[in-house]
Amino acid sequence: MPRHLIDITDLSVAEIDSLIATAEDIFDHPDKYQSVCACRQLATLFFEPSTRTRLSFESAMLALGGQVLGFSSADCSSTAKGETVTDTVHTVSCYADIIAMRHPKEGAPFAAAQVSEVPIINAGDGGHNHPTQTLTDLLTIHRERGKLHGFTIGFCGDLKFGRTVHSLVNALSRYPDIRYVFISPTELKLPRYVKEHSLKNRNIPYEQTEELSEVMPELDILYMTRVQKERFFNEEEYLRLKDSYILTPAKLCGAKPDLSILHPLPRVNEISATVDRDPRAVYWKQVRYGKYIRMALIMFLLGLTP
Amino acid sequence: MNIDSIQDGVVLDHIRAGKSMVIYHYLHLDALDCSVAIIQNARSAHLGKKDIIKIDTPMELDLDVLGYFDSNITVNIIRGGELVEKKHVELPQKLVNVIRCRNPRCITMAEEQLDAIFLLSDPVRRTYRCAYCDTAIDKTFPDVRT
Repeated sequence: MPRHLIDITDLSVAEIDSLIATAEDIFDHPDKYQSVCACRQLATLFFEPSTRTRLSFESAMLALGGQVLGFSSADCSSTAKGETVTDTVHTVSCYADIIAMRHPKEGAPFAAAQVSEVPIINAGDGGHNHPTQTLTDLLTIHRERGKLHGFTIGFCGDLKFGRTVHSLVNALSRYPDIRYVFISPTELKLPRYVKEHSLKNRNIPYEQTEELSEVMPELDILYMTRVQKERFFNEEEYLRLKDSYILTPAKLCGAKPDLSILHPLPRVNEISATVDRDPRAVYWKQVRYGKYIRMALIMFLLGLTP
Repeated sequence: MNIDSIQDGVVLDHIRAGKSMVIYHYLHLDALDCSVAIIQNARSAHLGKKDIIKIDTPMELDLDVLGYFDSNITVNIIRGGELVEKKHVELPQKLVNVIRCRNPRCITMAEEQLDAIFLLSDPVRRTYRCAYCDTAIDKTFPDVRT
């Protein structure tokens, strides 16, 4: 049975720590890894648009000396003819050694894993999970703060449909001494199952608020998210909520000098471009780290070492 | 009221009062060619009132499914008019194709050929979560998949 990554908890804490260590080694010694995946193929099956995730997977595989194939839209596959996701994945698993897939429906990668003969990586399933973004986030936090414990993290924006938030909370809940603050409008609060599964079941306290300014001075990490138009069935509700939080230099006045501002990107307007010049904004570094952690993950799932 | 004892078959006892028809329909007992007796509101020392179903033919039952519907049910196997085995059902860890996810964003709503898989997440509250999308179902007596 191949090893898959569908949910971040498919990886143990020790495995995550090992992936982070490998990614940091790749960062420092990229040449060592340039032929690890020679003669191996990665298929990127993106049934939903993506820039960073798809290109970072492809860039990661190419940097490992491997090859890539796939599609970047459901319209470019037999899905347009009515083929099921499991049939598509079953087919592609005959051509590729590993598959990274994104799908708008929640649980599609889990369905794919039931039929695939090669490892499946969930590259985002609707508003549900996005474990490789979580690995990217963890690597970013580790590089910025030198540890994955002992800080206060605030999640801000769309916490209901923000799959990166769900996966990151789930991952961090296995590390000690972390204080969680959830900042969102009532309509976009963190889902009950995430709070129950990741926090309440582990007796981890958390706070919820609608006011970012109230908690800003307490935060070591601010994880901003976009209100995602594509997750709403009702456009009126999206328009009402989309500008709930816009981070500007003025709003950062009370923040700690060593705050780390993360964002999974893409952003629309929830972080003003003028914040990019603030050294506390690390989301462009986060983009770069995404490639290295995906290189580490591909090697791990294929059982390869340099 | 007098219901004859069965010779070879199954008696489902300690069904929560009023719920025997849910079990009857789920097990498709209407399709059987044998006698099936449904006793409703029988007296029970434990439950006060209970339902009982007597099926006058040997048959295999999915105990996990019965456990999901009502973990109080006992399954009595009758051979030659004698009780030969009494089984107690338990809340199952996993349900396959018993209930369907109602999350419109779940892949199982779009692709109905997929097995509907639910995993027990909270035994105290009898909460099950869709294995695909994590949506919870915690109704004590759920609707039956038809």
